[in-house]
Amino acid sequence: MNLRRLIALVRKESLQVIRDPSTFLIAFVLPVILLFLFAYAVSLDIRKVAIGVVLESDGAAAQSLAAAFSGTHYFQVTPARDRREVAGEVIASRLKGYVVIPQDFERRLATNTESALVQVITDGSQPNTAGFVAGYAQGVIAQWLAGQVGQSTPPVIDVRSRFWFNPEIESRRFLVPGAIAIIMTMIGTLLTALVVAREWERGTMEALLSTPARVVEILIGKLLPYFVLGLLATLGSALLAVFVFDVPLRGSWFTLLLLSAVFLVPALGQGLVISALAKNQFIAAQAALFSGFLPAFLLSGFLFEIDSMPTPIRLITSIVPARHFVASLQTVFLAGDVWAVMLPNMAAMLAIGALFFTLAKFKTRKSLDT
Amino acid sequence: MALLSPRLRAQIIKELLSILRDRRARALLIGPPLIQLLIFSFAATLEVRNVAIAIYDRDGGRGSQELVARVSAATFVGSVATMQSPEQLQAAIEQRQVLLAIDIPETFSRDVAAGRPAPLQVIVDGRRANSGQVALRYVESIAGNLGATMQPESSGNNDRVAVRHWFNPNLIYQWFIVPSLAGTLAMFTSLIVTALSIARERELGTFDQLLVSPTTPAEIIVAKAAPALVIGTTLGMLMVGAGVFAFGVPFTGSLGLLFLTMLLFILSIVGLGLMISSICATQQQAILGAFATGVPMILMSGFATPVENMPMVLQWVAEVIPLTHFLIIVQGTFVKTLPAAEVAAQAWPMALTALVTLSIATLLVRSRLQ
Repeated sequence: MNLRRLIALVRKESLQVIRDPSTFLIAFVLPVILLFLFAYAVSLDIRKVAIGVVLESDGAAAQSLAAAFSGTHYFQVTPARDRREVAGEVIASRLKGYVVIPQDFERRLATNTESALVQVITDGSQPNTAGFVAGYAQGVIAQWLAGQVGQSTPPVIDVRSRFWFNPEIESRRFLVPGAIAIIMTMIGTLLTALVVAREWERGTMEALLSTPARVVEILIGKLLPYFVLGLLATLGSALLAVFVFDVPLRGSWFTLLLLSAVFLVPALGQGLVISALAKNQFIAAQAALFSGFLPAFLLSGFLFEIDSMPTPIRLITSIVPARHFVASLQTVFLAGDVWAVMLPNMAAMLAIGALFFTLAKFKTRKSLDT
Repeated sequence: MALLSPRLRAQIIKELLSILRDRRARALLIGPPLIQLLIFSFAATLEVRNVAIAIYDRDGGRGSQELVARVSAATFVGSVATMQSPEQLQAAIEQRQVLLAIDIPETFSRDVAAGRPAPLQVIVDGRRANSGQVALRYVESIAGNLGATMQPESSGNNDRVAVRHWFNPNLIYQWFIVPSLAGTLAMFTSLIVTALSIARERELGTFDQLLVSPTTPAEIIVAKAAPALVIGTTLGMLMVGAGVFAFGVPFTGSLGLLFLTMLLFILSIVGLGLMISSICATQQQAILGAFATGVPMILMSGFATPVENMPMVLQWVAEVIPLTHFLIIVQGTFVKTLPAAEVAAQAWPMALTALVTLSIATLLVRSRLQ
């Protein structure tokens, strides 16, 4: 390997990176937008779900129960006298469900039987929200009943829960680290795949390969600027996360950057494999979307629980580099430098990276022969 | 301009060929989205099953054994680790080995037997607070039921609510995610196809040739829009078909209306893609531009998290996003028998977006003529 030649190549590629405005869009503007959205828009914290309360009875007890629904901050209540008024709204997705307090509510309440007091109808087309509506509605009714009876009997088993690392249960605290993983995947995989595919598409890759520069030098020259760009983007995103979006960084900055550096190995490797196979920017973009971005979004475990997925899909997630990155990022932000979590994840990322680089090297060689 | 004059027809054929000529591009347009549909529909679930938990039983009495047996048998639990010390329990949470840990105090069985409130400590990993909250609710309901059976005179009050999940009685998550993915994946493919269309010609320098030819800007836009409209709609309808026949999601609405609104939806995306494309000078910029607009659109559309959870300002932004409206239509058409009036109510904002984006794209192309 010739150091001067390598430096020249790195310089050439860096200039190319710096001169393209779209690089800055993806490395600095998009992270800000994504972090903002994950901090404020993508929220799993349910509040103010719009429901209807159908009051068919005029009794005082029924009125008081309806008031209990209006009083809770979980629900935004639309009052109605007839269920036909709200059923259409549920079909139109403007309401997520409704509660019916029946005509004979007082009678049902007096006869202390096991018959249902009220009916809760949810919009099952959005199963998650439906579950929340049912759960919270039951909670409101149980609490109201306890208040009615007067003697509020404490539960026999008093479950006291504590959420470690995130006592306020704010979803942004675990979503923002996930957003960083998505940003890094875009820079590492998508950008690299595009840049190298463009060289193939225009035929300049063949020109580069025919120079005395060796394949390894060319690839290092291509990847190094994106490696640096990726680290800068992580640093920027992490600074935003900590100082603007109020996500604590309980581990060290060193560990955070080390993790990002390790993650860039499989991410860049994947980009290289895609470009070597595609050699066309359109195909490279499609491949990066389906093998890089979407898995980082849906299979990395920051939005959807990996343990709950069927076994074949759990196996697929283990070769998604973002999965290992998300687990360690969430740990370094919220828990601290827990090496028992970091080391296996870093090992996994490096192993996936080694696999990608071997593949890329093999494909780049082979294409020269043909 | 006569609709489908020979000149326009020739251009549309040329545009279709330029995308579908490449065998790999053809395969990548249809294959991966269908595979992704299969994988993500199983992966994207907010249900919690099969998670690892830890139990530290300091008591070992009858009450605690019963609790351990009930929790271990619950469907949300995949494996139970028995802890021997508080340190071990702390490490299990910190190292991400378990989602939650139940700490049963020494006096648990005695307290329960004596009818005293028996505290039960549950520690949840805040890095996975979302599934943690769901799992915690399961533990609370198990504890509540156990408490009720241990003290038969206390009234079980949860049974006094009749819950019915409309449209999806068993809350099968796939009934929600498959229709949503059909819209999302079709959107991304059409966005990339159109974003590249003009940018590719500009990068190759053939766009100037097109501009000096007798074609009008409107014809260029129509010709560029046609392939993506065909591809995006075909893909979307294929995925709707997969939803019905492969996933067994009930399809209760009107197929014709869904097809028409799908066309409108893809058209609005095509307009957006063409806008991006006419601004960008290279394919790389176009692809990155497509990602930079597509990703925030998905995040705000209600695909992953409900629109109602967002701040008001972002909810207004979501109204402008065609995917937000199409998701309501496609989900509603599958399980809710969405009435035509409601379909129309969601369709006109998409039509407006299509009109605005296509006009701007035409203007942008025309401005290149000067």
